[in-house]
Amino acid sequence: MTEILRVENLKKSYDGFIAVNGVSFSVKQGELKALIGPNGAGKSTCFNMLMGQLRPTAGEVFLDGSRITGQKPREIWRRGVGRTFQITGTYQSMTVIENVQMALISHHRRLFSFGARAWRLYRDEAMDFLRTVDLQDQADRPCSVLAYGDLKRLELAIALCHRPRLLLMDEPTAGMAPQARIALMQLTADIVRDQGVSVLFTEHDMDVVFAHAHHIMVLNRGALIADGSAAEVRNNPKVQEVYLGGGTLFKEEAHA
Amino acid sequence: MAFFFAQFLTGLANAAALFLVASGLSLIFGVTRIVNFAHGSFYMLGAFVGVTLMEFLPGAVGFWGAIVLTGLVVGLIAAVVEMVVLRPIYRAPELFQLVATFGVILVIQDLALMIWGAEDRLGPRAPGLRGVWRIFGEPVPKYDIILIAMTPFILFALWYLITRTRLGVLVRAATQDREMVGALGVNQAWLFTGVFALGSALAAWGGALQLPKGGADLLMDFNIIGAVFVVVVIGGMGSLPGAFIAAVLISVLNVFGVTYLPQSTLVLMFVVMAIVLIIRPYGLLGREEVAGEHGQVGAPETPIRPYGTRGRMVVTALLLVLAALPFVADQFLLILTIDILIFALFAASLHFILGSGGLVSFGHAAFFGGGAYAAALLVFHTDTPMELAFLFAPLAAGLLALGIGWFCIRLSGVYFAMLTLAFSQLVWSVAFQWRGLTRGDDGLINIWPAPWLNGPVTYYYFTLILAVGGILVLRHIIHAPFGYALRAGRDSPRQAEAMGIDVKRVQLVAFAIAGVMAGLAGGIFVFAKGSVFPTELEIAKSFDALIVVFLGGVKTLAGGVVGATFLSSVEHWLTRLEYWRLVLGLVIIAVVILMPEGIVGSLRSLWARVTGSKSEVSK
Repeated sequence: MTEILRVENLKKSYDGFIAVNGVSFSVKQGELKALIGPNGAGKSTCFNMLMGQLRPTAGEVFLDGSRITGQKPREIWRRGVGRTFQITGTYQSMTVIENVQMALISHHRRLFSFGARAWRLYRDEAMDFLRTVDLQDQADRPCSVLAYGDLKRLELAIALCHRPRLLLMDEPTAGMAPQARIALMQLTADIVRDQGVSVLFTEHDMDVVFAHAHHIMVLNRGALIADGSAAEVRNNPKVQEVYLGGGTLFKEEAHA
Repeated sequence: MAFFFAQFLTGLANAAALFLVASGLSLIFGVTRIVNFAHGSFYMLGAFVGVTLMEFLPGAVGFWGAIVLTGLVVGLIAAVVEMVVLRPIYRAPELFQLVATFGVILVIQDLALMIWGAEDRLGPRAPGLRGVWRIFGEPVPKYDIILIAMTPFILFALWYLITRTRLGVLVRAATQDREMVGALGVNQAWLFTGVFALGSALAAWGGALQLPKGGADLLMDFNIIGAVFVVVVIGGMGSLPGAFIAAVLISVLNVFGVTYLPQSTLVLMFVVMAIVLIIRPYGLLGREEVAGEHGQVGAPETPIRPYGTRGRMVVTALLLVLAALPFVADQFLLILTIDILIFALFAASLHFILGSGGLVSFGHAAFFGGGAYAAALLVFHTDTPMELAFLFAPLAAGLLALGIGWFCIRLSGVYFAMLTLAFSQLVWSVAFQWRGLTRGDDGLINIWPAPWLNGPVTYYYFTLILAVGGILVLRHIIHAPFGYALRAGRDSPRQAEAMGIDVKRVQLVAFAIAGVMAGLAGGIFVFAKGSVFPTELEIAKSFDALIVVFLGGVKTLAGGVVGATFLSSVEHWLTRLEYWRLVLGLVIIAVVILMPEGIVGSLRSLWARVTGSKSEVSK
């Protein structure tokens, strides 16, 4: 499988405090990869550097072999990276479908168009994306009345609009009910399978991670301590140390 | 050298009162998030109340006692104002409260006129401090030295209050997260009232302390409010030491400005502010304001749609009435309607960036007046034909907006607002002081339309077509992809950037479009009046537009136009009265309290309740 994203020795420090310390990894095409770690491990910092919200202190990020380190979020998006946020960012003054239409307007490079009526543009296309995330029935409701889980799905639809090759999802299921979590991750896994998109996501819910991720990376105090399949990570003594002080939660039996 | 030093001391002495007033404003803004335009009014009240008390209380004890009492009296008045006027509208959209404070300014102005009369009052000299001390041979008033000596203690007392007392802890906590403080069981309403009273008391003390130097007059409120905002912004919102440094900086610079560069005094502080903000976007000691994703008050804005059949019919009917007006109305009514149409276009242009873009500009008059002056200068100096000069108005204003916007767009929130204000003051000062070009406050006159347009009825139709056309173009843009991108950048800049929208560039283009439309209004204005004066570039002009946009309703597309029509009509009828400011102020306050969503927004809610319709999408 070809490599979509390659991260080399990524580092971020604030006034001497090192948040991310020399992280290197790669994401392959069609891969669903999780980045886990305790609170404060540096997951979100890592994500924000990949997507351009933060400038790394050192290190490089490559997308499809070309360097994207330090580029702006919108430039990275143009190159085919979509993202969803830990705390959702949607346009509260628009309807659900208009949120998707907005992304499509940007995708079709019509942002500086002054003539058309925006709410008529790409409506059918937007409806298709809403169908992907099962929001078609709420298309014309104001975004501000949506339930949180629905907002998360809307964000996913928005992120798909530019036909990304890589999706970065920062805690996609945070704040959702257990059933909804499983449904959202199943949806994500389907998208990975059907469209060949690669997904890198951070997550706190181990059920979600171990049920869906092809590969798992563990971050602790800014450094990667494991990178491998679910089984490899589960049996990695260093990971067990970090999460449980040596307990057995990750043993298969414990989850059965 | 000695003279130089004495000048420096005068500046330091002036800084004392300025710092007191500024720290009060900073305190109020930090906790309540209210941009309190009326702060200068409490400063003026402080001066008048102080003078009156000093007349009753004799001697040194009386003098200093009167100053202390003044703070208490004005603090009490402020508490009442807060409870009656501001408390009902804390949940209104952000910045809506500034309209109410504008109403308070008008009311206090007329009340002060009624009570103390129009004549300026000389402040009494401080007993025992009448003469001068000689420093390096230069005379320095004793009272100045006392003020200089007092200032560090005032700074220390405030610093102690904020960092070491329970009240200070509450104030700082509320500044960071009001919701959390409320959740922890603090009575927010009383905290807000208390802080507002304290902040106003500080302003009053400032007013009373400067009495021996400046006295009391009815223009004090407007004269200080600009400087106070400048000081707070240069220092960094919420930073007491910052406000102190800025107060000293501004006061000292002002004293030297008066001596060495008299023509600079009107803009010097705005130039300093612009430079500081361009280099340090959050002031000298301020920190970046983290825009909260939560904690936004008021109902979220409803999605927009172009008018349906009924809305179109109403608008068409209204336009037909306007088109038929010359057949029934006298010349007087025609001219009034021209004024209203011009103001409506001007307000709509501000509403465009404020409502859809979330860009609160305090200096929009720069483009209205800029457009008017651009056309007038061409006609006046080069005898350009009216048609050509008229086209130049929106063009020049648009270019001006592009230039000013390039600096301002990088900032956000109050800092953006203040930088636009600074630039508009610069433009104003050019018009006011470059007499060779603009003839200063004599204005440019004899700027009449081309012969085929000259006549009330033809010019009325000219105005009607251009003003309505401009407003419709703005509305169309709001519904176009560009308008949506503008709103996207306002709703969630983070998401907008993550979907490929260059938010700052979109905002800059919107700012320029608003400038073009304001310039168009200015162009129509100058040929309607035949003249233009620097007043069209004043802060008051910018604030007029700001007030009507909020009054009409920020979150409704028709807000600017409706607000402008409402205010200019009301103003027109009221100005015949002797105390029209009082009545207008009360009208504004009443509208604000009764219609917290603005006129259009509140009427719409009312309509929805009457018809029982529960549409989630609005027009």
